Amino acid sequence: MKYLCLVYQEEKQEANVPRDQIEQAKKDYWAFAEDIKKSGHYIVSHGLQHTDAATTVRVRNGKLSTTDGPFAETKEQLGGFFLIEAKDLNDAIQVAARIPSAKWGSIEVRPVWV
Amino acid sequence: MGIEEVYRAESRRVLATLIRLLGDFDLAEEALQDAFAAAVERWPVEGVPASPRSWLISAGRFRAIDRLRKRRREVASPPDPLSLGERGNDMSEIEDYDVIDDRLRLIFTCCHPALNPDAQVAMTLREICGLTTEQVAAAFLTTAPTLAQRIVRAKIKIRDAKIPYEIPERGDLPERLASVLHVVYLVFNQGYFTRADLATEAIRLGRLLVELLPEAEATGLLALMVLHDARRATRTNAGGELIPLEEQDRSQWNREQIREGVALVERALTSRGFGPYTLQAAIAALHAEAPSSQATDWPQIVGLYDVLLRANPSPVIELNRAAAIAMRDGPEHGLTLIDAILARGELEEYRLAHAARADLLRRLGRKPEARSAYERALTLAVEEPERRLLERRLRELSATI
Repeated sequence: MKYLCLVYQEEKQEANVPRDQIEQAKKDYWAFAEDIKKSGHYIVSHGLQHTDAATTVRVRNGKLSTTDGPFAETKEQLGGFFLIEAKDLNDAIQVAARIPSAKWGSIEVRPVWV
Repeated sequence: MGIEEVYRAESRRVLATLIRLLGDFDLAEEALQDAFAAAVERWPVEGVPASPRSWLISAGRFRAIDRLRKRRREVASPPDPLSLGERGNDMSEIEDYDVIDDRLRLIFTCCHPALNPDAQVAMTLREICGLTTEQVAAAFLTTAPTLAQRIVRAKIKIRDAKIPYEIPERGDLPERLASVLHVVYLVFNQGYFTRADLATEAIRLGRLLVELLPEAEATGLLALMVLHDARRATRTNAGGELIPLEEQDRSQWNREQIREGVALVERALTSRGFGPYTLQAAIAALHAEAPSSQATDWPQIVGLYDVLLRANPSPVIELNRAAAIAMRDGPEHGLTLIDAILARGELEEYRLAHAARADLLRRLGRKPEARSAYERALTLAVEEPERRLLERRLRELSATI
């Protein structure tokens, strides 16, 4: 079964993170991705640009409206995702818990419709 | 044995196994009803089978397969657990240890932390204890349709998010067991004042857990509940007013339950991995064994709170420790500690902090301050027995000012 792991973290805090910690986080992410490729969980993943590059699009009564930014103001922003293949929710939770950002942000685990 | 007795004794076990065999909660519940309907028809004629449980599991499974076949003919449905249901027709292969594991699977699934906490409690009472939706709704002061919807949503999540029907692996067990124990304790507390039936249900669940999975904290929680329940008859008076521990009639405490609770505490304390429930039970045991409030081993109670606080730092535990210090060293010492907790802004909205502070001020003879603390507690208290006690304290203070 496929699960989408959405990685949420505070964009604003990122500017305050020391250089060496960012380097470490990159290494951790690389190692994690290698790990779940080996275990067969990995399908695809991407990091996202910050929400100031985001645009929200709606169509109401046939009219297109375009607004700046993400559609909801929240403390944490969607920063990236991993689409994984897992045996069940417990398996998916175990994988999500190993995503480095789980230590400072949060991971939303969403089962994918089949 | 009559069918009703069999239902009471076996229906939850049969359900737990049917959920595993059929892979679906709703289908398993229908199958359970079908199985008992078949028993009502056939047992009076053919006699009660040697193993009613296996008979019921077998009958339930075959009826479920029938239902699935019919549904398939009616609509072209997607693949379903039929293949599962057809595997192994010989019922003798369902061993007792399978059934024990199935009960644990059901408990861990109903209390899965991915489910909404309210739904965990509702699922536990409905599926494991076998309470009706109406009974669960009444216990939690909500309507049956609201509760039914909560259960439906939980079942949909179990199916769609694929929450597995399994006992957690060793590594996950402490966290997952904590989640189960929390649900059991919530059920117990919901019945603390007014619903003895819920407290009994929680204790029954606690016993089941200890029997199936004798972990230290499961034993500790059972001990805690049994010891609290031993004082049930003396906790409120005929007028429904809370009677504080020091004023309770200790001759009315249930000695049988206290003996059991104390033995459980001792067992938990000598097992590996005991924690907050066991420590709280140990404190409850010291109270239960003391002949009076004065003759209570307060130094040891303070010591246990110290350990509890180290393992589990929380302002509520600090407050309880302060109350024990007041008993050991005098009210002024307890008061200093409570004031310090409140000064940190913690527990400002917690009724028992103000009630405890008021009690100490009363004992120190500082009546106007005691009065305003009781009043503050009264604005925060919701449970009727607590409100009545606070009102009595206020009356007594007015009478002596």
